[in-house]
Amino acid sequence: MKTEEAIIYSYGFATIASAIPAYSKRGDIVFADRAACFAIQKGLQASRSDIKLFKHNDMADLERLLKEQEIEDQKNPRKARVTRRFIVAEGLYVNTGAICPLPELVKLKYKYKARIFLEESLSFGVLGEHGRGVTEHFGINIDDIDLISANMENSLASIGGFCCGRSFVIDHQRLSGQGYCFSASLPPLLAAAAIEALNIMEENPGLFAVLKEKCKRIHKALQGISGLKVVGESFSPALHLQLEESTGSREKDIKLLQEIVNQCMSRSIALTQARYLEKEEKCLPPPSIRVVVTVEQTEEELERAAATIKEVAQAVLL
Amino acid sequence: MANSGGGAVCNGNLHNHRKQSDGSQSGNYTENGTVKEAQQNGKPHIYKPFVEFFEEAPLHVMVFTYLGYGIGTLFGYLRDFMRNWGIEKCNAAVEREEQKDFVPLYQNFENFYTRNLYMRIRDNWNRPVCSAPGSLFDMLERVSDDYNWTFRYTGRIIKDVINMGSYNFLGMAARYDESMRTVKEVLEAYGVGVASTRHEMGTLDKHAELEDLVAKFLNVEAAMVFGMGFATNSMNIPALVGKGCLILSDELNHASLVLGARLSGATIRIFKHNNMQSLEKLLRDAVIYGQPRTRRAWKKILILVEGIYSMEGSIVRLPQIVALKKKYKAYLYIDEAHSIGSVGPTGRGVVEFFGMDPRDVDVYMGTFTKSFGSSGGYIAGRKDLVDYLRIHSHSAAYAVSMSPPIAEQIIRSMKLIMGLDGTTQGLQRVQQLAKNTRYFRQRLNEMGFIIYGNEESPVIPLLLYMPGKVAAFARHLLKRKIGVVVVGFPATPLAEARARFCISAAHTREQLDTVLEALDEMGDLLYLKYSRHRKSARPELYDETSFELED
Repeated sequence: MKTEEAIIYSYGFATIASAIPAYSKRGDIVFADRAACFAIQKGLQASRSDIKLFKHNDMADLERLLKEQEIEDQKNPRKARVTRRFIVAEGLYVNTGAICPLPELVKLKYKYKARIFLEESLSFGVLGEHGRGVTEHFGINIDDIDLISANMENSLASIGGFCCGRSFVIDHQRLSGQGYCFSASLPPLLAAAAIEALNIMEENPGLFAVLKEKCKRIHKALQGISGLKVVGESFSPALHLQLEESTGSREKDIKLLQEIVNQCMSRSIALTQARYLEKEEKCLPPPSIRVVVTVEQTEEELERAAATIKEVAQAVLL
Repeated sequence: MANSGGGAVCNGNLHNHRKQSDGSQSGNYTENGTVKEAQQNGKPHIYKPFVEFFEEAPLHVMVFTYLGYGIGTLFGYLRDFMRNWGIEKCNAAVEREEQKDFVPLYQNFENFYTRNLYMRIRDNWNRPVCSAPGSLFDMLERVSDDYNWTFRYTGRIIKDVINMGSYNFLGMAARYDESMRTVKEVLEAYGVGVASTRHEMGTLDKHAELEDLVAKFLNVEAAMVFGMGFATNSMNIPALVGKGCLILSDELNHASLVLGARLSGATIRIFKHNNMQSLEKLLRDAVIYGQPRTRRAWKKILILVEGIYSMEGSIVRLPQIVALKKKYKAYLYIDEAHSIGSVGPTGRGVVEFFGMDPRDVDVYMGTFTKSFGSSGGYIAGRKDLVDYLRIHSHSAAYAVSMSPPIAEQIIRSMKLIMGLDGTTQGLQRVQQLAKNTRYFRQRLNEMGFIIYGNEESPVIPLLLYMPGKVAAFARHLLKRKIGVVVVGFPATPLAEARARFCISAAHTREQLDTVLEALDEMGDLLYLKYSRHRKSARPELYDETSFELED
């Protein structure tokens, strides 16, 4: 990742859920996106800081919140000098497949003096010329981001997670990251698997262009289905298929989508619904089917999958 | 029957033990009325001595400890002053030039301890190990040219260091040998990563097999496994209790239990470590007064304890807690991270150690890291509990499931311990561990060190108290090729720094003797033998057989 230091955790969920409370304590302010994944929500809850949610990917909303905070600060400059401010965002959002507008975030960072924590679970190994994530995709200097956290369970096909950034920031977690100090370390088997995967990524940078191609293809192929709309960027490997018009009740939606999934399964296309714990999420995303692409799938397989989904959707929804 | 590691005669719940005929049949509680009453009294029906020591240090030791910290703090202030004014070069990492006018990321005082006290002796922690952590292991040699600010590897390897710090209670963490072939096959068949959560596409047949095996091992109805031990606690306690419930947790509970309790949103009250009077008082107050403002009854009362506490080496007083729980109708959650596989006549944990009914404890939790040579955690109990967790656990919905070769390693080692692979190796290891524990503790007590904890627990903290001795102890022992873990503030109270030994079934008598000799010399060199209860090492002066009968 071309950073100074990195620290490895033995579980992907625990990575971001331990990193946030290590820096942000009671009395600090965190601006987080509404569609942040569950691990981030747990990290924020554990940190006991003030959390301000801004609308998903809406930079204007974030700016409004930051301005309000600035006005508050001017009323009480002594307190403002010690409260730290953080912005937590994801590179590619798992819940919606959208990409975060990183250049604007960096501008806001310098304007309002907040630090950025970026969670790149979905975008590490996917975006950027060499797979270095959303910073390479947008061409931003990686030192501008204070902390990048990712889990190795998506692209590297291992278990665990890592945080990388400057030594100044990362070294603190060695004594105060709960998932690091109070937990067993990663088994060498999984670490070796991750090292091998990183070697493969470094040796074949052509993989990422191929992956992008396939994502675009699937995205296009799934566009025309009546009754289902595709949510997500065209280069995101994990898309969501949501019902265009919901039937009104969440259970019925879930049942319909489950029908589609079951029928696809019987035609040997494995899909899954995106699962959430309904009572625990702060902002519950609508029910959807998650479609994930890998590099190994051939074009025929992708075509067949898209065609099957179309047929099944038409059969079930009409 | 050999009573190793527990002393209590086993009750007939375990199918590979003979049923004792003196009435202690816990499988049929209703039949034997006396057994039930004895349990309700709070005493185990077969009395077993429960010996725990927490000796206090002599006064002069405490004075010197605080003095040592005081001098360290003074020097710390002096050096901070010099660094601020540029007289001394600052070696630590600093904030970026562009971000100098941001609010500082760390308070000055938070890092004071790290910068000034921890940095000086930092070379004793985070040492890189380059082999399997069996009873002997290899370490990479590293030196520091600038007083521990940076390290550099010389390229040499220190071979065959005796390992007194790894959680390797039954010797399962060893180099590859033929019996691990099944793990290799699973690795080739299933790969390493699972890349999905339990709810979506991450449930493999290996997980189902493992869960059945865990349930059989613990003698409960069902079990569920998770990918990480820390995450098991912090993600399942919120699923079991919520607002309006009360959690009574022990003073010295592990960080994962504390985090899980905080994330759940329930009210938390703390009782003194292993102190049943304190717990009873809290329970009475909870039942009588109810919730703080509304005075309504609590929805649930959950008692959180651990089987063996890792920093103290003490074992939970399970019979008394179960009696209290039944009297006040609370639930019991026991975290057997260190005690599973290491206590009990066949290694089934604290419930077997005390000879109690597995149905008394509501939620069993444990990890596979310590005795099974793997990683991950489990929660076991009644079937409806586990079914509820399968749907509502945070980990099942959002975190990936356990990796298949890891699961296979646990299956293999659990079968070994249970004897399902046809040999008695598992039982032998458990008994060897108990023998090693007893021997080591006895010798350390004779030598005059202050040791905390229960006589039967394989986790042995040896108190060092002073920060300087902590560093000297670890470095000298490394020179003699013995690797120990030393712990200081903030994992322990400020004045009670300690070295923690973890005995393993893989340690041979010779290795233990080498370590004991080295400790003896260390104790004399560093004046560590503070104990005032030294047992006499002199032989007894009378011979029983020479008494004459009065006739």
